[in-house]
Amino acid sequence: MEQDFSIMEQAALAALRAIGDEAGLRAWQAAWLGKRSALALALAGLGQLPAAERPLAGQRANALRVQLEQAHAAHAAALRESGLAASLQAGALDVTLPGRPAARGRLHIATQTLRQICAIWAQMGFQIYRSRDVETEAYNFELLNIPPHHPARDMWDTFHTTTSGSLLRTHTSPGQIHAMREYAPEPIRVVLPGMCYRYEQITPRSEIQFNQVEGLAVGKGIRFTDLKGTLTDFARRMFGAQTRTRFRASYFPFTEPSAEMDVECFLCTGSGCVVCKQAGWLEILGCGMVHPKVLQNGGYDPAQYTGFAFGMGPERIAMLKYGIKDIRYFWGNDLRFLQQF
Amino acid sequence: MRTPLSWLRDYVDITMAPHELAHRLTFAGLEVEALQYVGLALPAGASAARHSGLAWERDKIVVAHITQVDAHPDAERLVLVRLYDGEREHTVLTGAPNLFAYKGSGPLPTALRVAYAREGAQLYDGHKPGWELTRLKRAKIRGFDSYSMVCSEKELGISEEHEGVILFDADAPPAGTPLADYIGDVVFEIAITPNMARNASMLGVAREIAALTGTSVRLPWRSVPTRAAAQPMPQVQIAAPALNPRFTALLVEDVRVAPAPYWMQLRLRLAGMRSISNIVDITNYVMLETGQPLHAFDYAVLRRRAGSRPAPLITTRLPAPGETIATLDGAQRKLDDFTVLVADSAGALSIGGVMGGGESEVSAATEHVLLEAASWNFTNIRRTVQAQQLHSSQAGYRFSRGVHPAMAPLANLRAAALMQQLAGGSVSTELCDVYPQPVVAPVNRLPLAEVQRHLGMQIPAAEIVRILRALEFVVEDAGSTLVVTAPDHRLDIGTGAEGIADLVEEVARIYGYERMPETQISDTTPPQRANPALEHEERVRDLLAGLGMQEVITYRLTAPEREQRLLPPGVPVPAAHYVTLLNPVAAERVVLRRALLASVLEVAEANARFQQRLALFEIGPVFLPVAGAALPLEQRRLALVLWGPRAQSGWQAADAGAQDFFDLKGLVELLLESLRIEGVRFESAQHAALHPGRCAQVFGADPAVVLGTLGELHPQVSAAYSLAEHAALCADFDLEALLAATPARHATAPVPRFPAVVEDIALLVDEELSAARVQALIVQTGGAQLAQVQLFDVFRSAQLGAGRKSLAYRLSYQSGEKTLTDAEAAKLRNKIVRRLQQELGATLRDK
Repeated sequence: MEQDFSIMEQAALAALRAIGDEAGLRAWQAAWLGKRSALALALAGLGQLPAAERPLAGQRANALRVQLEQAHAAHAAALRESGLAASLQAGALDVTLPGRPAARGRLHIATQTLRQICAIWAQMGFQIYRSRDVETEAYNFELLNIPPHHPARDMWDTFHTTTSGSLLRTHTSPGQIHAMREYAPEPIRVVLPGMCYRYEQITPRSEIQFNQVEGLAVGKGIRFTDLKGTLTDFARRMFGAQTRTRFRASYFPFTEPSAEMDVECFLCTGSGCVVCKQAGWLEILGCGMVHPKVLQNGGYDPAQYTGFAFGMGPERIAMLKYGIKDIRYFWGNDLRFLQQF
Repeated sequence: MRTPLSWLRDYVDITMAPHELAHRLTFAGLEVEALQYVGLALPAGASAARHSGLAWERDKIVVAHITQVDAHPDAERLVLVRLYDGEREHTVLTGAPNLFAYKGSGPLPTALRVAYAREGAQLYDGHKPGWELTRLKRAKIRGFDSYSMVCSEKELGISEEHEGVILFDADAPPAGTPLADYIGDVVFEIAITPNMARNASMLGVAREIAALTGTSVRLPWRSVPTRAAAQPMPQVQIAAPALNPRFTALLVEDVRVAPAPYWMQLRLRLAGMRSISNIVDITNYVMLETGQPLHAFDYAVLRRRAGSRPAPLITTRLPAPGETIATLDGAQRKLDDFTVLVADSAGALSIGGVMGGGESEVSAATEHVLLEAASWNFTNIRRTVQAQQLHSSQAGYRFSRGVHPAMAPLANLRAAALMQQLAGGSVSTELCDVYPQPVVAPVNRLPLAEVQRHLGMQIPAAEIVRILRALEFVVEDAGSTLVVTAPDHRLDIGTGAEGIADLVEEVARIYGYERMPETQISDTTPPQRANPALEHEERVRDLLAGLGMQEVITYRLTAPEREQRLLPPGVPVPAAHYVTLLNPVAAERVVLRRALLASVLEVAEANARFQQRLALFEIGPVFLPVAGAALPLEQRRLALVLWGPRAQSGWQAADAGAQDFFDLKGLVELLLESLRIEGVRFESAQHAALHPGRCAQVFGADPAVVLGTLGELHPQVSAAYSLAEHAALCADFDLEALLAATPARHATAPVPRFPAVVEDIALLVDEELSAARVQALIVQTGGAQLAQVQLFDVFRSAQLGAGRKSLAYRLSYQSGEKTLTDAEAAKLRNKIVRRLQQELGATLRDK
C-alpha cells in the first residue's frame, strides 16, 4: 500500500514539474486530485481494506492529498509569476516615441491678458462693467470734458460713422459716464475692459482696434494717495512683488490732477535693456483724479465726491511681457502665434 | 517744442545739470522727450534713445578772428583766410561764399569772429547728407597745406546750415576761447500737453523751472522809448469779439531791414525756425519767448491800399461769401464761414492768428512796420488750422491752444523794443488796443482742507502759497482758506469745483507726485453686483477651450464684400444695412461686421495652409443698425469652425477621418448640455452659406427662439475660402439667447443604488421618420424607469427594403426603489414597442 502511495507521489510530482501552462495545471489537477484520480479511488477504496490497515492507509492518503494540493498551488503561483514577468518583458515600449497628439483648446492671448488684469482688480474689489463699442460723440468726448474743437481732441484720431454724432469709441472712458449714471449716488469701483478704435495706419506699432482696461473709483473719500497706493498694488500683482512704480504729471481732459505711471522694467529690473530703451522704466498706464465736470456729468456732486480713474492697454502689456515685436499678430490670428500661449 | 537751455537762462537761474532738469520737468508734466547737446559733453551713462549731440573738444574748437581774406591764386571759388586762434596765425583755405565779400580788401578794419577747428578736431562732414563724423587731417589742397577749418553750423552739429561759415557778432569773446564756453548749449525737446499751452514758450518753461527750483523768473518786459508817429495811426475795428477778443497794433517807423544778429539767428535755429530778416525774426523770437504770436505788416502797403483814406482802417471780420486770400506761402485759399480775416478797406490782409497775406508782408524795402499782436478764440483757430491744413503754422499751433489776451500788448511792446534795438526803428507812442471783452481773471477760494481731501496728504500751507506764487498766482492768505487769483498768462484756470481741481493740480505737480505717500482706499466699499452676461460669456469661452477649441479675436471692421463671400455664387445679396465709417482707413475695413462667421472663416482660410486641422471659435459683437436710432444693436454672438481630420496624425494609426456634421453637432450638444439648457431640439433648416441637406437650427425650450444654426459649409462657399480639401463645419449662435436659455441652477439626481436592466431593441421604420421623433416617443413612454436611451446603430440594406431603415437602441431600465425583475423590464419594453408600432408604424426586428 505504502509503496503504491510513494509511486503515486513521485509520478504526480514529476508530472507537475513538467507542466508549463494553465491548461496543463487544470489537467493535472483533474488527473491527480479529481474525482476519478488514483488517489480519490484509493480513498474511496479504504473501506475494503482490512480494519487494521485502514487508519494508516487513511492517514497516508490524506497526507498525500494535502501534499499534492500544496505542490499544485506552489507550482501555479510560480507559473503565474514567471508568466507575468514574461508578459511585462514582452510589453516593453520605446518610451522615446512621440506621444499621441491631443487637441488642446486655448484662449486668445488678449483674453488671457485681459482676464489676468481683471482678476487682479476683482480681488481688489473692482468689478467689471462693460459698455458699447459704438458711442455717441457726447459720451466719448463732451461728457468727458472734451468739448468740440478742443485741442485735447488731437489726442484721439477718431473713426466717425455716417450717422451724425455716432463714432467708434476711442477709449473705454464713455463707460465711466455710463457706470456713474447707473450707480449714482452709490460709491463705485469698477474696471471697464473693451475694444477701442483709432483712426491710424496699421503698422507693427499701431492698430486700428485694441483693448483697453479702464478703472474707476468714486466715493466720498477717494484720494490721490489712494490712486498711488492702489495702482502700485496692482503693479506688484501684475509684474512681481518687488516692482517699483513712479508717477509723472501728465494730462487727460477727464482727470485732474493727471499722471502717467511707469513701472520698473520687469526684464532688466531697472538696469536698462532693449525693451525699456535703456530707461529702466516702462510706461504702463495713465491715471488721475476724476475731473469735477466728469463727476458732475456722471451725477456726483464734486463738492462731496472725489474719484480716481486709470487706463491701460492689455496688448501693450502682453507685448512687453512676452517680447512680441508686432502688434498686428494679435488680430492676425495665425495659430503659429496663438499656440505659443 | 525745442527749448535751448541758454535761452531759458535769460529768465531763470539754473544750477542743476541739464539731464536732472529734464527729469524734474518731465515729472512735473513737461515731458522732455530728447536732449540735444550742442557742443557740451553728454552726461556719463546717458541713454542714446534720449540724448544726442557732439561735444566740441575744448582745445581744438575755439573762437578765432579773421584778419584778412585773400583770393586764391588759381581757384575762383576758394579764398585764403588769415586768422588768429589765440595762439598763432593760420592761413585757412575755404569756399564759404559769405567770406567772398571780404576778398582782396586787405587787412580788415574789424576782425571777423568765427568758429575755428584746429587739426585733429572731430566734426560732422558738412558735404555729406545726414550726420557723419569726421576728423580733420592735414592735406594738400590746390597747392596749399590744409589742416584746419572755419566751421559752418552743420559741421558743428548746430543746424543743417552749410551755405556759409558762422560769423559771430562783434561782441564775441577773445580768440582762443573754447567754443563750447561761448555757444555750447543743450536743447530740450519738450512735449507740451494741451493743458500746458501756456508753456509753449521760453518764458513758460522758465516759470515752471522757477516754481520747481524755488526761485523766480526775470520777465523780459522793458520800458521802450517812444515818439509820436510821423505816419497816421491806423483805426482798428473788431466785428466778432467772441472770435477775436483783442487786437493791438503798434507802429515802428524807419526800420532798416537786414539779417538779424547772429545770436538771434542761432536761437531761432536751435528752436527749429529759420532766419529770414531782422523784422520777421524778431516777431518769431518774441513768439518763442512769450508764446504770443505776432505779425508784421509793411505799413506802406497798408497806406497805399487805403487810397484816399487818411489812415488805414483795419477790421477783423468773417469772410464775405466766396472771398479768398493769397497767403504768404503763395497759396490762394478758399475760406470757410468761420475763418476770421484781418482786412482793410481793400480786402483781406491775413488769416487772423494763422497766416499772413502775401501782399502786405515785410520785404527788404520795408521802412515802416505795423506790428500786430492779437488774441483769437482758440477753438475757432483750431477749426481754421484744420480746414486750411496749416498744421505747421507756429502761430496757429499756439493760438489753437489758447493765448491769454493780456499777452498781446506786452509782446507787442517787447517786439517793438527789439526792433528799435536791432533794426533802428522808432516806436510810436500810441498803441492801438481794441479789447471789447476783457477776460476777468478767475478768483478762487481754496480751503486748505480741499487740498487734503483731493490729495490725501497735508501739504504745509506755506508750501502751497509758495508754489502758487512761484507760478505767479496772486495769493491772499486768509487762514484756513486761500484766495487765489490766476495770473495774466493763464486761460486754463476755472472757477468753482473746477477751479479748485485746477489749483490742486498745480500744487500737486510742483510739490511732486513722488513725495506723496501711497495709501489704501479707506472709503466705503460699493455694493457688490453680479455681471451674469459676462460670467456666462466667460463660461462659454472656458467650455469651448476645454473642448479643444482655439479662441480667435478678429477685426470688428470689415467690408460688405467680405461678408458676401458667405453666399454661394448666384445667390442674390440680401439688402443689409451696416454701421459705415465716414473716414475709413482702408478699403477692406469700411463697416462694422454683421457676420461673425465670415471673420472666423477668414481666419480658417489664412491658417489652412499651415495647419492640418482647425477648431476655432470667436465670441464677440456684431453691429446691427436700428432704424431711427443713432446707435446700432450690438449683439454678442459665438461662431465655431471645425475643419480637417478628427485627430492630429501621429506615428500611430489614428482616427484620421475628416470631421463631419456630427462632430460639430456632438460638440454643440456637449456645450448646450454643459450650460444645462433644457429642451434642446435640432431641426433641419436652410441657410444660404450651408449645405442645404446638412444644416440645422437649434432651439431650447422656447420654440420661438432660434439659439443658433449649424451645418456643413456649402461646397461653393468652402471653395471660395480655399477650404474645399475637407468639409468645413460651421455654427453661429446668438450668445444672448443662449444666456437667456441657461438656467441659473439645475437639480441633481441621486446616484442609483439598484442595478439597471440593459437591453437592445432594433426597430424597422420608414426612412423619412427622424431619429428625434423615435427617441422622443421612447423617452415619453418609458417614463421614470427608463433611465437611459442610446441610439447605437443605424442600418439600411436591400433586405430591409428601399425606404426603410433600422434604428437600434440600447435601453436601460432602472428603479430608485428596487432591483427590477426581467418580467418588469419586459413589460416596460412591450409598452414602448407597442406605442412605437401604433404611432410610428415601427416594427421590432428579430435579433
